[in-house]
Amino acid sequence: MENFTPIQSLIGGLLIGVSASILILFIGKIAGISGIVASLLQFKNKPKEHYIWRGLFIAGLLAASYVYKAFAPLPVSEISASTSTLIIAGLLVGFGTQMGSGCTSGHGVCGLSRLSLRSLVATMCFMFTGFVVCYLMLHVV
Amino acid sequence: MKNIITFSAGLIFGLGLIISGMTNPTKVIGFLDLAGKWDPSLAFVMLGAIVVAFFAFRRAEAKTLTLLDEPIDLPAKTHMTKELVIGSMLFGAGWALAGFCPGPAIVALGAGYEKALIFVIAMLVGMAAHEYLYKK
Repeated sequence: MENFTPIQSLIGGLLIGVSASILILFIGKIAGISGIVASLLQFKNKPKEHYIWRGLFIAGLLAASYVYKAFAPLPVSEISASTSTLIIAGLLVGFGTQMGSGCTSGHGVCGLSRLSLRSLVATMCFMFTGFVVCYLMLHVV
Repeated sequence: MKNIITFSAGLIFGLGLIISGMTNPTKVIGFLDLAGKWDPSLAFVMLGAIVVAFFAFRRAEAKTLTLLDEPIDLPAKTHMTKELVIGSMLFGAGWALAGFCPGPAIVALGAGYEKALIFVIAMLVGMAAHEYLYKK
């Protein structure tokens, strides 16, 4: 537990909660990032409004590192996975989140906050395979 | 006004991910590694987020319009499906392999990590593949 950072993680979590709250209270949308990204890939017969809020929310995510760097050194993202593993993982995350209607943000934060049983099931499913695959990856293979 | 709020929400979400440690795949894998030196920090991310968002969603569930008089768009599905279970299980596997879920990968892409770009492109292909197979 040498890397245990409960305070930073709690503060970060509170900010994520504030963001999800702003989006639902003012804009009326769920902060489900996989759904937002996938909807930007739909090109047919969508009004301009379909893209604007989603594009702006993703732009905010992309800008976060720049804004953070203005105040403090940006924490390093240690990405140990190889290129081929990243490709397989990305395909699984992209396909899986669409099939399962959400990811850690949509189900794990927003869904659980609104006490959705579907999101509870989804969260238990992705946590379960997350633990299993991690075990296989680090301790078996 | 609406656009500034939406962009700010994305920005705050991204800052939250950075501060919490979610944008570091090694830390995410440390959270998923129950059998190793388990780092439970990321449970506090979910806790913090839900403690705040719970109250916002209580209001949203009770109303039809937002504070800016926009319609509130909440998911209507309530039934369990095999797609929900299988899809979420596939997502969890990918999450553990890379240590990235969609939000943190996009934030890391914004920080200029080439490996985050590779992951995000593969993720977009996975999403497009689902759209092609199931929605056409």
